[in-house]
Amino acid sequence: MDCIDPINTLAPCLVQLGWNRDLANLISLLLGVVIVATVPLITVILLIWVERKFAARVQDRIGPNRVGPFGLLQSVADAVKMLSKEDITPTGADRFLYNLAPIITFGTVVLIWAVIPFTPLHIGADLSIGILYFTAVGSIGAVKIMIAGWSSNNKYALLGAFRTIALIVSYEVPMVLSLLIPVLLAGTMSMQEITRAQSGMWFIFMSPLAFVIFFIANLAETGRAPFDLLEAESELIAGYNIEYSGFKFGMFMAGEFMHVFTVAILAAVLFLGGWWGPGVEQFPALGFIYLGLKGGVVYLLMLLIRNTMPRSRIDQVMSINWKVLVPLSIVLILVQTFLLKVINALGLAPSPEMAGDFLANIPQTIVLFLGNAVVFIIFMNIIRNAGRQQRRLDEAAVSAPAHGVAAGD
Amino acid sequence: MNVVDEWAFVGVFFAIAWVFPALPIVASWFVRPHKPNAMKKQTYESGVETVGDTWVQFKVQYYIYGLVFLVFDVEMIFLFPWAVAYERLDWFAFGAGFLFIFLLTDALIYAWRKDALEWI
Repeated sequence: MDCIDPINTLAPCLVQLGWNRDLANLISLLLGVVIVATVPLITVILLIWVERKFAARVQDRIGPNRVGPFGLLQSVADAVKMLSKEDITPTGADRFLYNLAPIITFGTVVLIWAVIPFTPLHIGADLSIGILYFTAVGSIGAVKIMIAGWSSNNKYALLGAFRTIALIVSYEVPMVLSLLIPVLLAGTMSMQEITRAQSGMWFIFMSPLAFVIFFIANLAETGRAPFDLLEAESELIAGYNIEYSGFKFGMFMAGEFMHVFTVAILAAVLFLGGWWGPGVEQFPALGFIYLGLKGGVVYLLMLLIRNTMPRSRIDQVMSINWKVLVPLSIVLILVQTFLLKVINALGLAPSPEMAGDFLANIPQTIVLFLGNAVVFIIFMNIIRNAGRQQRRLDEAAVSAPAHGVAAGD
Repeated sequence: MNVVDEWAFVGVFFAIAWVFPALPIVASWFVRPHKPNAMKKQTYESGVETVGDTWVQFKVQYYIYGLVFLVFDVEMIFLFPWAVAYERLDWFAFGAGFLFIFLLTDALIYAWRKDALEWI
């Protein structure tokens, strides 16, 4: 390999300059790791500002506007403030685990970025099992909440942790099931290959329902409204992180902000074509911008939902998951696999050399989209009928005693 | 990059990812004040003094959710190889996958009928 581009082929470049090969490999590896790990750290500073500004506009406020231009340096000022705050460990807390939890919280989110393809050339590690890596690393999220809640020696923290674990663990089921759909369509688990497979048509058009399930499940995974039961202030004071103060609390907050943006970027990679956009093959660096824009749209959608939806009750949240999302994703996988076989049998799928062509992808996209629409309509009807039945039962239960009282008079 | 390099990257990433959040926490140790006292270190439960042990036995409901999750999570791992190879397989693969998912759904229906999914 020759020294073409100093970013991707740093090691050969250094070798050409007369470095030792192993040392050059090690340097390029370490530099790559640090660069990929720094991307989320820098974005999180900006994201907190975006989030606060957006929430302020929704609530008809101005938001942070004092520190720096447009208040852009507000997060930096907050970080400096948190550095100087006293850190209190409550009596009876398990000190080691208590200190470990905030580090795990942020670390797990940073770990996901190892498999996110930024451009056709730039990806941390293009693992052949990228999606499995994401689910494996993402599920450490449940562990960190348990550690934080358990080690605080606080009943509210423990209650909040139990409840959050039940929620996160439940919503992982539809999330992983919906991840099967891009794998089915692309025939691979590598993030880079999944993005490449969307050259002709984004997967959101082939399976909008999978995107919706992935989106809703991730709202719950990241603890955003309407599923923000992990910090139900009115019931649990603040949930699992009640005893944390200073920068440890800051790590929880930063980790949460980061997680939301990370899943938005993942939704863009898996369903919205990732770095695909006009001219990306000539100038791979454009991929950063396209991915950022697509991820930003999903992120803003999450912010909008967070700022406009009320918190739902825990029993409702659990029934939505187990009685709607899980059956829906199971049916969706069956329909999708069936339709894929039908498409192959009818010869509607584009030939391998035409796979990148937009027009060649339209027939199979129409079939898959209609399949999704039919599943959606049938499910919505079932839910509406069940809801109607429940309401009739409730109304009958409410009106019956009222008649009894009237008869007694 | 070859396969070993990819995993070397992930390995180094695992080390670095913990260092990054640990740095500011360690840094704040040098900057922040250290003036703990007994009142400050009390467990915060809305101002009410805490009663009894915190680390108690928990509700069995959480355990049931954990069990149902485990059934799905373990079986879903087996669906991924099937999904990767699906394009190259024939109708038999669809039947096999259908049967497997049907058994999975069977577990869900059982849990549903047993009222394991009701939050009490």
